[in-house]
Amino acid sequence: MNGATSGERAPSGPVARSGPARTVAATGPVSRTVGNPLRAVVAAELTKLGTLRSTYWTLAAAFVVTVGLTALIALSFRTSLPHQPPQRQADFDPLFATFYGVTLGQLAMVVFGVLAVGVEYRSGSIRASLLAVPHRGRWYVGKVLAAAVPSAVAAVATVLTTLVVAQVVLGPYAVPTGADGLSAALVGAGLHLTLLTLFALGVAALLRSAVWSLSALLPVFLLGSQGLGNVPGLRTVTQYLPDQTTWVIMHLAGPQDDPRWAREYGPWTGVGILVLWTVAALVGGYLVLRRRDA
Amino acid sequence: MIEVRELRKRYGRVVAVDGLTFTVRPGQVTGFLGPNGAGKSTTMRMMLGLDHPSGGEVLIDGAPYRARSAPLRHVGALLDAGAAHPGRRAFHHLLWLARSNQIPRSRVREVLSVVGLADVARRRVGTFSLGMAQRLGVAAALLGDPPVLLFDEPVNGLDPAGVRWIRELMRGLAAEGRTVFVSSHLMSEMALTADHLVVIDRGRLLADTGTREFVAAHSGGYVRIRTPEPERLRDVLAGAGVEVRSASDGTLRAYGVEAARVGELVSAHRLTVHEIGNQPAALEEAFMRLVGQAAGQPGRGGQE
Repeated sequence: MNGATSGERAPSGPVARSGPARTVAATGPVSRTVGNPLRAVVAAELTKLGTLRSTYWTLAAAFVVTVGLTALIALSFRTSLPHQPPQRQADFDPLFATFYGVTLGQLAMVVFGVLAVGVEYRSGSIRASLLAVPHRGRWYVGKVLAAAVPSAVAAVATVLTTLVVAQVVLGPYAVPTGADGLSAALVGAGLHLTLLTLFALGVAALLRSAVWSLSALLPVFLLGSQGLGNVPGLRTVTQYLPDQTTWVIMHLAGPQDDPRWAREYGPWTGVGILVLWTVAALVGGYLVLRRRDA
Repeated sequence: MIEVRELRKRYGRVVAVDGLTFTVRPGQVTGFLGPNGAGKSTTMRMMLGLDHPSGGEVLIDGAPYRARSAPLRHVGALLDAGAAHPGRRAFHHLLWLARSNQIPRSRVREVLSVVGLADVARRRVGTFSLGMAQRLGVAAALLGDPPVLLFDEPVNGLDPAGVRWIRELMRGLAAEGRTVFVSSHLMSEMALTADHLVVIDRGRLLADTGTREFVAAHSGGYVRIRTPEPERLRDVLAGAGVEVRSASDGTLRAYGVEAARVGELVSAHRLTVHEIGNQPAALEEAFMRLVGQAAGQPGRGGQE
């Protein structure tokens, strides 16, 4: 309350005594040599993300949910597998258990990506942003790069921790060191979380609303995590949804030599499709940003 | 110096700004006056590159706003107090602004004390009162020590002390030789603050003149008449070419005429009057009259 009172009070002394000139004008040089303007935008946008609580909540949620769900799934496999027929045990893919948590943890990353742009529109700070950086392309690129940094860090931390936890919990069923596809799956999972975040950012820029973006994205991705991509009739289409295409590289799509699960693309092509989705969403977001009045 | 040339903005079939041309000069406070909905905010957003003009251009010291890579060091703007994220601390709001334009961090502390928010710098913006949020907006505008400043309705929501503070601040900034452009829908406020006035309504320029000249030309006042036979008096005055209106208190108001002339007409037509008095018009009323004339109808409502 004290703070409020002092904030409301007009600053009395300096203005009256020394004249507003010296109070308002900078005491030091404000115009230093101009560095790279894009670097300045990225620094500013990183400052923005670092000074909002939602950044930490969403990224922490992605970490906890992914690692937690993987631990649960791994635990259930470890307790149930000994009682399964040998063929089942032989077919068990420890990478499936390892990355299963990503299907739910990705939703928190999507929220982070949507909020990175969505809060600008909801709070009206988009105007402050574009006043500071009127070159809209530069602002947008800075925003995307800035959002990519914490999401990539969170993705790497999440994926590596998930692997360690899964290994410990699976015990005898753990991924053998140097197993086929392990490194690809790790890279794929990291790329999946980072790219999906940026895809969500693009959608939010496209729709100019956090609420609408989340209403559009979360149901689709939640159903996807519940196996929408594996429903036979729907699979022809749903396998190409942005959260689905990296399932092959993460070993979440089932054995690819089995026609019941096989997808029409390979692991890296799947990553490539997500890259295309991401680029499309980001470009769409830019076109809207460039044309619309703020 | 701000040069607005043939500026136009249309939203579908609605023309919000209709070919505005004027120049805002440094070293004085220029008031941008017009009723709500006149197109002031739209014009200011176009000046600042937030809205795309449908035609025309705005040059600020020779360049469009969007052409500057560190605009905050050249132009400071206060648009609306809501432009800071409520979850961010005041200090951090100014810090990201400073970083975006490569303004040293020390300047953040400096402007926070200029606007009197140094003690609450670590509080989240969402906990601020409207007055404090407005001060934070002023701090953001001053951050880059800019030679050109734009304020959109800066006194909205401020208490009398805050209003006086803003007024002195703007006059001080102009005295330093800066270009200060401030919008308002309150003529009385502008009369106290502005040296020069740009008056618009419905997107069109009505006046571009010194404040003193504007006041002298448009606040001639009126003669107030209390009478038991208002209809007859109306006819008499109208017959003499005098503009008459009925006031809400039942009196008549005659414009552009001396009280003595009204007295002569009254006596010549043997009318009964209870009171004839000169009333120097309030500035606000003079302004509304001008706006009303331009719109082809006597004064209109819809003010805040």
